[in-house]
Amino acid sequence: MPSAPDPARRQVPVTADARRVTVEPQGPVLVEGPVEVVLDDGTVARSDRFVVALCTCRRSRTYPWCDTSHRRRARTAPPPEDRNP
Amino acid sequence: MTPPSPTNTATATAGTAAGPRLVEGRGDLSAAVSRALRSGTPPVYAPAAVLKADPWGEDLQLALHLLYELHYRGFDGVDGEREWDPDLLRLRQALEARFLHALRTELSDAPRSVDEAFAPLLVEPVDLSDSLSHHLATEGELWQLREYAALRSLYHLKEADPHVWVIPRLTGRAKAAMVAIEYDEFGAGRADRIHAGLFAELMNDLGLDPAYGRYLDQAPAALLATVNLMSLFGLHRALRGALVGHFACVEVTSSPGSRRLARAMRRCGAGPAAEHFYAEHVEADAVHEQVVRHEVIGGLLADEPDLEGDIAFGCAATILVEDRLAAHISGAWERGSSALRTALPEH
Repeated sequence: MPSAPDPARRQVPVTADARRVTVEPQGPVLVEGPVEVVLDDGTVARSDRFVVALCTCRRSRTYPWCDTSHRRRARTAPPPEDRNP
Repeated sequence: MTPPSPTNTATATAGTAAGPRLVEGRGDLSAAVSRALRSGTPPVYAPAAVLKADPWGEDLQLALHLLYELHYRGFDGVDGEREWDPDLLRLRQALEARFLHALRTELSDAPRSVDEAFAPLLVEPVDLSDSLSHHLATEGELWQLREYAALRSLYHLKEADPHVWVIPRLTGRAKAAMVAIEYDEFGAGRADRIHAGLFAELMNDLGLDPAYGRYLDQAPAALLATVNLMSLFGLHRALRGALVGHFACVEVTSSPGSRRLARAMRRCGAGPAAEHFYAEHVEADAVHEQVVRHEVIGGLLADEPDLEGDIAFGCAATILVEDRLAAHISGAWERGSSALRTALPEH
């Protein structure tokens, strides 16, 4: 979570002919959609979303799409209640 | 949607086309607003009533909600021009000041930095026993899911509308990213995928009436406060930081909560549309979380670092109103009561 401007994201301009993907530390890889993912069993998952979050932790129940399963678990107080989706 | 009545289509002047029905007041202030809208006259109230009203109470929250609704769908029989009536705006300003003051007072010790405000939201707690969505997922009954959906319909049937108010107040990265997220919320160019429409289908599956505003009269102040918060932040340029913090809080917490609610719908046999609404949000909001944190908040902080405190405040205010709503709902259900002001008819 940036509390200061993130220099890496801002300073490096995108090369016109390259597809830029963003690797989140301990999180998904963000890819501009549409995206097709070839899975282990040869099937192809497709998303037309403007940006797609690809699961890297392998715990997603909707693999290959991220469902926040990568989040760290902690013995904290009960969650701030689920906000409106 | 409520269909236009035959008399309305024949004689309606511009801006009075059939909209949601006006509701009765719950105290002096909301009664004054309701009466003013119904009769086309200025609101009549004692200034002392505004100063004395409980900022979290039924009267003030309903009055605020009715006034905000003039910016959304309006009401059946109410001239659309009332949206900018200075007498109504003057009352609204006074009500907003009470609500905002109450929020700032309760949150005077809340985190002031974005990192501190959001860190607890990015961790999944091991113990979910107090979580409302966890209860619904594992033990919730169909009647509770119906009440939950009726309550949330006051927001979801206009999903994303309160957040788009902030777009003209943003520039650059924050603006581009906010628009991209909202494009998704509004169906990515396809009307049949608008999230508000998906929620209407969820309501149909649950045997609820999907007409806009249908459950306003039954919605308690604890629910109205969650929706009023969005309009308060969205409609004030000075609170653009708070809107961004509120929105980020919603998107960050949505995906895991939606997964639990999808499970609840599946377990109770609510229907495919009911499950689909929440399943779609698991995936969409996992994306939106990343974009809102890095590009909307990141972009806004790069342009306007002085707004960091407001962003943190918006996040904290959202947690506060949502915790109050969850406490209201859990408390009612534990007592064997409806969480609505009057229970839904048997389904």
